[in-house]
Amino acid sequence: MTDLAWIGAALAAARPQAVGALLRYFRDLDRAEEAFQEAALRAMKNWPQNGPPRDPAAWLILVGRNAGLDGVRKQARTVALPEEDSISDVEDVEAPLAERLDGSHYRDDVLRLLFICCHPDLPATQQIALALRIVSGLTVKQIARAFLVSEAAMEQRITRAKQRVARADVPFEAPGPVERSQRLAAVMAMVYLVFNEGYSAGDGEARAALCDEAIRLGRLLLRLFQTEPEVMGLTALMLLQHARAHARFDAGGEIVLLEDQDRAQWDGELIGEGLALMDKAMRHNRPGPYQIQAAIAATHARAARAADTDWAGIDALYAALERMQPSPVITLNRAVATAKLHGPEAALAMIAPLEKVLGGYFNFYGVRGAFQLQLGRSAEARADFNRAIALANTPAEAAHIRRHLDRHLLEAQTR
Amino acid sequence: MLYAILCYHDENTVWSWSKEEDAAVMDKIGAVRSRLTAQGKLGASLRLMPTTAATTLRKNQDPPLVIDGPFAETKEQLLGFYILDVENLEAALDAAREIAAVNPGGAFEIRPIALFNPDARKGAQPA
Repeated sequence: MTDLAWIGAALAAARPQAVGALLRYFRDLDRAEEAFQEAALRAMKNWPQNGPPRDPAAWLILVGRNAGLDGVRKQARTVALPEEDSISDVEDVEAPLAERLDGSHYRDDVLRLLFICCHPDLPATQQIALALRIVSGLTVKQIARAFLVSEAAMEQRITRAKQRVARADVPFEAPGPVERSQRLAAVMAMVYLVFNEGYSAGDGEARAALCDEAIRLGRLLLRLFQTEPEVMGLTALMLLQHARAHARFDAGGEIVLLEDQDRAQWDGELIGEGLALMDKAMRHNRPGPYQIQAAIAATHARAARAADTDWAGIDALYAALERMQPSPVITLNRAVATAKLHGPEAALAMIAPLEKVLGGYFNFYGVRGAFQLQLGRSAEARADFNRAIALANTPAEAAHIRRHLDRHLLEAQTR
Repeated sequence: MLYAILCYHDENTVWSWSKEEDAAVMDKIGAVRSRLTAQGKLGASLRLMPTTAATTLRKNQDPPLVIDGPFAETKEQLLGFYILDVENLEAALDAAREIAAVNPGGAFEIRPIALFNPDARKGAQPA
């Protein structure tokens, strides 16, 4: 790895803490970002010569703060602060910074920075874009690529989102325990949105980068909230799902169903870390939606072959999830487990009442069509698959259903 | 003499490496490992999961307390180690320098091993 690549990783790693601290200091998102940008530029000049500081975040906060103040002072025609070369040994400056960098400050700084992106007025896509820009430091170009929109459109989207959060007035005092856990819940949901944005459209490097980034944010949250089983669950869930990334699409970019995936392609390292986190979470005996979803993903991960899947366990986990967080999509997912356990007829009965709410969701008709097919009801299956194709969000989704349909037509012809 | 080379680095940074960057580092480490193995100097080596996956058993009370996370909050974390079988500290330092050369940043503690119990399980392979 070259110097610059190492510095890039160090800057990315230190960014949430540094921008979070600078935001608390300047109480202005744009100024905090500019100050960080300036500090990062100086780091790229300074670090290769003087070696990396022992605490990159502390270095960046101090240099960023001075750079930010510098700007103000220059405007006021006063004397500039000393150059950062004279403070390159962070040990000297650590004492005055200690108060700002102690654990609880650090935790609330990062949480606040993430929380700002979760403003309830912002639509999900804007929350994700804002988090990727502000917290992760992805360039507008990178984010635009992931969302398949033009750079100008993404720039505008982020600017508008920033204006909205600037008016929101998030308090800068350290939050109380209730407030803190509310913020954490909102932030976890946003991190999972980032993950799903990358996961749902799947193939493509820009998209996969979103999954990696969400996992990095999950680990970051977990370092800040080491005893929160739901943070363990969320991180485990993302690790276990992302572990299947390479097996989820075939060479032609088409979706491969879980039961048809080549399990040798699953990433054992990610699965190992996800299972380790689940072990830790279980000890707390405080189940939550992320832990249960992670447990479902873990059940799949533990099955060496699709036929070994513990469907009864998965059905029970979905039942628990339904009780905790009633949702038609969860019932639809549960129906797949029910079909394996009790047959397609039982599954069809289970999802019959869902059509009213899920009538616009491609997967509803995809799943129902598959059940119809298992029961040999060709005409109904075909009608459902056609509806699913019409409702699909991405070409890969449509192609996946179409393949189902083609296979079915072929079987019907040869019969 | 047996030495452990304990590898410390800011895990935040290490786990921010892209897949490609990580693979490039691991490739270079692999080459150093093969060289040291061929010279009969290298024993077992391992890489640890991030400290977020760690659990600590603290015996300052009875029964011992189980704590989520690593033993200590530090700027650099223990990320893995190598076991070396070399004649003296100088030789251990030489090997550590080779390992350090292909690692971007970090610190490498050379610690003599007082007691070594090899894995006694037959054909043992980690799960």
